[in-house]
Amino acid sequence: MSVCISRPEDTLAQRLVELTQAGLPLVDDPWAWLAEQLHLSVESTLDLLKRLQAEGAIRRIAAVPNHYRLGYRHNGMTVWDVRDADMPRLGALIGAQPFVSHCYRRPRQPDWRYNLFAMVHGRSSDEINSYREHLRYLLGDACVADEMLVSSRILKKTGLRLP
Amino acid sequence: MDDLDRRLINRLQLGLPLVRHPWQVLARELDSSSSELLQRLHEMLCEGILTRFGPMFDIERLGGAFTLAALAVPEERFEQVAEQLHALPEVAHNYRREHAWNMWFVLACSTQQAIAETLDYIETLTGLPLLNLPKEETYHVGLYFPA
Repeated sequence: MSVCISRPEDTLAQRLVELTQAGLPLVDDPWAWLAEQLHLSVESTLDLLKRLQAEGAIRRIAAVPNHYRLGYRHNGMTVWDVRDADMPRLGALIGAQPFVSHCYRRPRQPDWRYNLFAMVHGRSSDEINSYREHLRYLLGDACVADEMLVSSRILKKTGLRLP
Repeated sequence: MDDLDRRLINRLQLGLPLVRHPWQVLARELDSSSSELLQRLHEMLCEGILTRFGPMFDIERLGGAFTLAALAVPEERFEQVAEQLHALPEVAHNYRREHAWNMWFVLACSTQQAIAETLDYIETLTGLPLLNLPKEETYHVGLYFPA
């Protein structure tokens, strides 16, 4: 369960999320805009951003392409049954492959044997198949079974919002 | 999309530098001007080539609870169940995937308690068994699509 510790920085971070969830304004001096909204100096605003980025609360301030529009129409959720003892090493290795966008350990369930998930994207089904082959090669004997679940339709996509 | 658009997309996926005048730094890097870059960014957002530009929050660190879940929906009920999930604000993403578990969705709630309740509600609503796969470890998150 989360513990609520209200630090002034947390309130600022919340305010920052509210201000920029829809995006950062396309202005020459975005930090000055943010500073005005947050009632901070520009220097303090930049320090806040740097701190949040160092802590990992902000991954980066970046553009998100519509990957379909860039031709990346194929995506596969590859799932792997990996020996538990090898997970820390292999999870990191698989996550480090440049064509893997997300990589997580998830629990096995009675009807679900796979504990490693790696999402791959490509411009053709051959491309994502070759990525899967490469991951299989990297996992070697530590992996006893795998599947690739190809997405065929987006049923809903709102993006994650702070509840 | 021309060469500068492509270079701008690729560069902006890596992140705006946290320096006093980030657009001037980028303009120098890309051999352009900040006004040109901002104009192109604006156009690519309007055209839908880019979906968003701004801070990418690790929203889980800022509060909230999330999980990935799946349903095995009989083909004849697929559209109906997709609509039922679509109507729930807790469902952030939902994808059809070619597998016996053919509907994969992400839940976003304010608490773990709300996640558990929403999962129960979906099971009751659909009458289908549910696979709940909350992440236990993150090895990598970072989309990068070279334009």
